[in-house]
Amino acid sequence: MSELTLKDVERIAHLARLQLTDEEKAAYLGQLTAVLDYAAVLNELDLEGVPPSPHAVAQQNIMRDDVIEPSLPIEDTLHNAPQQADNQFLIQSVLDE
Amino acid sequence: MNLTELTLTELRTALRQGETNSVAATQAMLDRIVEQDNDIKSYLTITDEMALEQAAAADKRLANGDQSPLLGVPIAVKDIIATKGATTTAGSKILEGFVPPYDAFVVEKLKEAGAVILGKTNTDEFAMGSSTENSGYFTTRNPWDLARVPGGSSGGSAAAVAANMAYGALGTDTGGSVRQPASFCGVVGLRPTYGRISRWGVIAFASSLDQVGTFGRTVADTTALFQAVTGYDRRDSTSLDVPAEDFEAALTGDIKGLKVGVPAEYFVEGMDAEVETAVRAAIAQLEKLGAEIIEISLPHTQYALPVYYLIAPAEASANLARYDGIRYGPRIEGADMIDSVKQTRALFGPEVKRRIMLGTYALSAGYYDEYYGRALKVRTLIKQDFQNAFEQVDVIAAPTSPTTAFKIGERADDPLSMYLADVLTLSLNLSASCGLSVPCGFDSKGLPIGLQLIGNTLQEATILNTAFAYEQA
Repeated sequence: MSELTLKDVERIAHLARLQLTDEEKAAYLGQLTAVLDYAAVLNELDLEGVPPSPHAVAQQNIMRDDVIEPSLPIEDTLHNAPQQADNQFLIQSVLDE
Repeated sequence: MNLTELTLTELRTALRQGETNSVAATQAMLDRIVEQDNDIKSYLTITDEMALEQAAAADKRLANGDQSPLLGVPIAVKDIIATKGATTTAGSKILEGFVPPYDAFVVEKLKEAGAVILGKTNTDEFAMGSSTENSGYFTTRNPWDLARVPGGSSGGSAAAVAANMAYGALGTDTGGSVRQPASFCGVVGLRPTYGRISRWGVIAFASSLDQVGTFGRTVADTTALFQAVTGYDRRDSTSLDVPAEDFEAALTGDIKGLKVGVPAEYFVEGMDAEVETAVRAAIAQLEKLGAEIIEISLPHTQYALPVYYLIAPAEASANLARYDGIRYGPRIEGADMIDSVKQTRALFGPEVKRRIMLGTYALSAGYYDEYYGRALKVRTLIKQDFQNAFEQVDVIAAPTSPTTAFKIGERADDPLSMYLADVLTLSLNLSASCGLSVPCGFDSKGLPIGLQLIGNTLQEATILNTAFAYEQA
């Protein structure tokens, strides 16, 4: 298996949108390496022709009828928002003006 | 009548016969919480006002002869399960102050059954842990020894039931989070088949593994609570639409001719000798009760831990992407939107961040096949192990945990040793089996030991009856 570097840790943290301190980065580098090394035991197995199991009990395409049903009232939906305005969630601008 | 000593089923009978009332039982629990929970710390939130209102309403219904299954019975709910109007944090600072706008399916069912909800119990953050030490708020203590952990992640629920601070409790079990704390606290804990109970309103950790479970002081109590909250619900697309069963009626105590498999792989190196002795004695007891004991093999057991610690973090990293400080929870404002999200997500505790990192890596371009894809294939082999075993036997018997409760702080700095606490429970979550833990004695330190009974898909009645027969003997 490929060796994990501090750069990888930073790349993963960015993908996961996690702000990490330098101490955390160093700690996770060691701990993630230990867990991934441990997982290397799975390479012992011959998995040729073995299908993957994404679920415990396989079910597919559970559909409901296309009928309009009541949703949560807007005030309930917004109740926990850190910031709101005009019945909407308020966030920082994401597009340049 | 000492109300705190009654079991759930005893209280139910006493309420129906008018020997006591729900307000008295609820007040007895609330008093007990005030008296005990400063030390044990099993509850994150106590919903005392709401509980007493529910109890008063239940007493009116009881007076009218209403026989609803849990009418007037006070129950605790793990804080990862949404309760309308009552703070629900999943043990995380990132959901501090979150008040759900709706009830989880299982809470709707509790209310339908007439139960009184005492409060929300402590959990490892987002159910990631085996000791409650990963809670963002505090660590729950084991009622049998306050220097030790109650197990986890549903440690608050297990400790509350063990210390008579609830007649029963709901938990969730993704890798052993009901069975392992039940074992550590000396109570009964059931983890039903995946899909048996709707997960609607249960905060998601690893969606292909999560399932709600029930705790009780006895097998009958655990069964009564399971009976009340089980059922199909179309709002959870993994909920199984299967016919209703009377699990309480299935507790006959007759296990003559039952085939019980004992897997060699579950008596692992490094396990406590006293745990092995107690569990083997319990298996001998099942034989005395008429069961046939058969040595079996689950050959891929050793791969379950690495498979679990790739699949569960992978699913968690996707599920936890929603915590961005936009719709709920605190927001930490940064230089721009992305920076705000990153700073807000720094509110996750160390174990949650570790698993998000691990899962993100296992799913990232170039590593998906090597880690996640490979783990899904080995999961197939683990599922097949159980399928093969259940062609030979009705029930699998094993220890729930290789050790009794460990000391607070003992494993906190070593993720791998903490992960080993679930080594005997998490295979089941990867498969389509169900399982429970029932107390089977104590070690020389006076700490409880659990016997794990595993059943085939949807065979909860079989394992509950086996545990009932053992408990009654």
